[in-house]
Amino acid sequence: MHTHTAMSPSVPLQEMIRAIRSARTQCEERGVIQRECAAIRAQFRQADNGGRSHNLAKLLYVHMLGYPAHFGQMECVRMIASPRYSEKRVGYLGAMMLLDEKQDASLLITNSIKNDLSHSNQYVQSLALCTLACMGSAEMCRDLAPEIDRLLRASNSYIKKKAALCAVHIVRKVHELGELFVPAARSLLSEKNHGVLHGAVVLIIELCEQNPETLERFRKTVPDLVQIMKGLVLSGYSPEHDVAGISDPFLQVRILRLLRILGRNNEGASDSMNDLLAQVATNTDSTKTVGNAVLYETVLTVLDIKSESGLRVLAVNILGRFLLNNDRNIRYIAMTSLQKIVGTDHNAVQRHRGTIVDCLKDQDASVKRRALELSLALVSASNIRSMMKELLLFLSSCPPELRAHAASGIFNAAERYAPSQRWHIDTMLHVLITAGGDVRDETVPNLIQLITNASELHCYTVHKLYRALLLDISQQSLVQVACWCIGEYGDLLLKGDCQETEPVQVTEDDALDALETVLQSHMSSPATRGFALTATMKLSTRITDNVDRIRSIVSIYGSCIDVELQQRAVEYNALFRKYDHMRAAVLERMPVIEKNSPGHTNGESTGEAVKDVPTAKMKQGEPLLLQQPANQVCDLLDLLGGSEETLQPGPAVDCLVSGLSVHAAGTAGGDLLDLLGGFEPAELSPAPQVLAYDKGGVTLTLSCEKQSDTGLTVTLTASNSSDSDLSSFTLQAAVPKSVQLHMKAPSGDSLPARGTAKVTQMVVLNNPNKVNLKMRVRVSYTRQGSPFQDTVQIDSFPGLDAAGQ
Amino acid sequence: MMRFLLLFSRQGKLRLQKWFTPLTDREKKKVIRDVMALVLARPPRSCNFLHWRDIKVVYKRYASLYFCTGLEDQDNELLTLEVLHRYVELLDKYFGNVCELDIIFNFEKAYYILDEFLMGGEVLETSKVAVSVSMENADTLQETMEEYMNRPAF
Repeated sequence: MHTHTAMSPSVPLQEMIRAIRSARTQCEERGVIQRECAAIRAQFRQADNGGRSHNLAKLLYVHMLGYPAHFGQMECVRMIASPRYSEKRVGYLGAMMLLDEKQDASLLITNSIKNDLSHSNQYVQSLALCTLACMGSAEMCRDLAPEIDRLLRASNSYIKKKAALCAVHIVRKVHELGELFVPAARSLLSEKNHGVLHGAVVLIIELCEQNPETLERFRKTVPDLVQIMKGLVLSGYSPEHDVAGISDPFLQVRILRLLRILGRNNEGASDSMNDLLAQVATNTDSTKTVGNAVLYETVLTVLDIKSESGLRVLAVNILGRFLLNNDRNIRYIAMTSLQKIVGTDHNAVQRHRGTIVDCLKDQDASVKRRALELSLALVSASNIRSMMKELLLFLSSCPPELRAHAASGIFNAAERYAPSQRWHIDTMLHVLITAGGDVRDETVPNLIQLITNASELHCYTVHKLYRALLLDISQQSLVQVACWCIGEYGDLLLKGDCQETEPVQVTEDDALDALETVLQSHMSSPATRGFALTATMKLSTRITDNVDRIRSIVSIYGSCIDVELQQRAVEYNALFRKYDHMRAAVLERMPVIEKNSPGHTNGESTGEAVKDVPTAKMKQGEPLLLQQPANQVCDLLDLLGGSEETLQPGPAVDCLVSGLSVHAAGTAGGDLLDLLGGFEPAELSPAPQVLAYDKGGVTLTLSCEKQSDTGLTVTLTASNSSDSDLSSFTLQAAVPKSVQLHMKAPSGDSLPARGTAKVTQMVVLNNPNKVNLKMRVRVSYTRQGSPFQDTVQIDSFPGLDAAGQ
Repeated sequence: MMRFLLLFSRQGKLRLQKWFTPLTDREKKKVIRDVMALVLARPPRSCNFLHWRDIKVVYKRYASLYFCTGLEDQDNELLTLEVLHRYVELLDKYFGNVCELDIIFNFEKAYYILDEFLMGGEVLETSKVAVSVSMENADTLQETMEEYMNRPAF
């Protein structure tokens, strides 16, 4: 341990430090400190004993270790007011450490500072300036600003440089005071002393950033700044300011920053600094960090002002060289700067893409992060394939804190530039396999939507996902998508022949095994198990032999503790039993899901005009309903052929497509049940029944029930007295334009022969304009393999008067 | 501007803390805790820059001490490495082959030197010699009879 020769060692302080350091435990240390603090407190209470500065220094040491020292605040105030320099020195140090502008005690030193600012000894003045710049509150600043301004003009260099930075603090605290310092700041630029110059430049930067008008005025100083800078760059060796061959890099960097501010958005100023910047960029020695620091600032300035293109190219090239530098720090800041200009100078940055991508493999986490950001920004349609290879490679080994960001960046890039659907799906699957735990929630529905859109790839996709599922069932998002696909495209999976992948034989048991594994695994989240259960159920219409196995799985889960699973299982059970005739329709292959904005609501059919009803957003893999655009239905059916009545498309919960059976709805299990509940074979309604249609053994009767002044419920009952069964039985209805129609789902779609069962369907009408009520009904069914269609118009409704009221 | 300057050992003992913005004691403790944890976790030969909240942290290890500072967005990180290096050089000149113990036992001197080099989070004096001369003169002042003079009227 060394002691400075001119200075006697502060023995009591150093003894205390020794004592504290030799404490072996935290507890022992606390003991020593408590004793010392008690002694210090006692000393503070005594009168001036010549050892005050040592005591306060001891207290400051204790404070630095993290112990409370607020009882020293008043001592600082007293010490600062002392005439002794040694006491002032420690007192001011204590003030800077223990007092801040929020403490009341800080106000008490304002007067001392004021006095010391005009002390005859510059070292005393210096203490005051330093303390004011460190913890001066807004009021203190306001109070003392004129004094600082005076010092800026009329004092020696030592004081001027300190006054300049003190002024910077004042301006930061109280913006309006900036105006006061403008003249002094301007004149300081002609000083020769580097410390003063540096302080002046810092002050001018602050003034310009605070006030655009001030910035305009200081623009005139650009030639002077250029001169000063030239002097630094071209001057010979100056021992006092030299750092590794660069003359005062601190001042150079500051001036470059000020030039940047003054040249921004201003052609004239930018022109006048162009040559200088080119000179600095070319002549600065870049073998050491210090040279690169200056080059870095130069590059930032060039890229921010209105520089000519040659200079801009030079700047980007410097960054390119930085990227190849062995020093990690240099590579890091090169990427930071390139990130800033990747929008404006995209092509220039693209030229360095290779190096940037290499930085993805750097060991250092900071460098990796920068490289990831920049790489994502550089992805384009032309480089998507190669870039994605690198990004996926990165994802498999990247640090955990970057994974979520990398995954979402990859998804965005894939979405924007995917060269083919298969590539897109492969990429998303790869991400899910590698980083499935770090992707966002929307990924699952997004991927499913993508898969449904790639209809030629369904076979390929389901095979790939099945294989992934066999390998690993821990990544929830992957498992969810896989289950959905196996459920939906199970038939393709079992067929086994897929051109794109190696053929592999998957039996029904294999597929069910996979799903059951997911269902039973403790790794599966409740949502995932929901997916698996629904998928299992869907397979019941896609397999032939193992339906009983599915039945038993479903019935087991009917008593599952998880309420969501239990509800689903119960409903699926119902689908096996009571509503078995609907099962095929309910579990049919889903149509293509169209991409729409999040939060899109289920398309409701509305009255009047024919609308393009959008598709509903899929939720949790449940059977989705597609609302056919009404005009499409019109075209298909050509029902009204030019009359002004419009065809009302089926209700939101119904989809009517010619020749196909009805899909029952459900946005939630509850609704499904309700809907099915509504299909109980209807009891004969008490209202009178009217025969509306009778042809080929098929009869249609209707009855009405008035719900309100304008509302009416019509129940249509169909029956088949012929000798052959009818299947795919559907009814469609059309009403006058102003009448609102809502068809509820029918009870079924098969009419067995000889009237053994009926089909009922309810139609809810609302006739607000009380027009003459008419309804056209189209009847369609299949008899012995051949389709049949017929239309009937209903002009009178039982229970209503002739006018339909 | 620099927001703070911290010196701490490999074991997480704080040897110097200089704050250039007003923070409460609790806030200071949080900064120290978080930044120290981040820096101490860095493997050797890492990049000397990292991000914490909205601050660019620049740190450099000299023997057993970490010199660590927080910068604002506009500040030049490479130059800040030079600033940290300059401070080490100043300590070295003053103490002669400075080591951690010097800074522990003469912490107030470390602060005085710092206050001749930086002020308000900015570089105050760019010349090494000038800082050394100021320190010598101030120390002399502390020792000589001048300290007993009453302060004269301005």
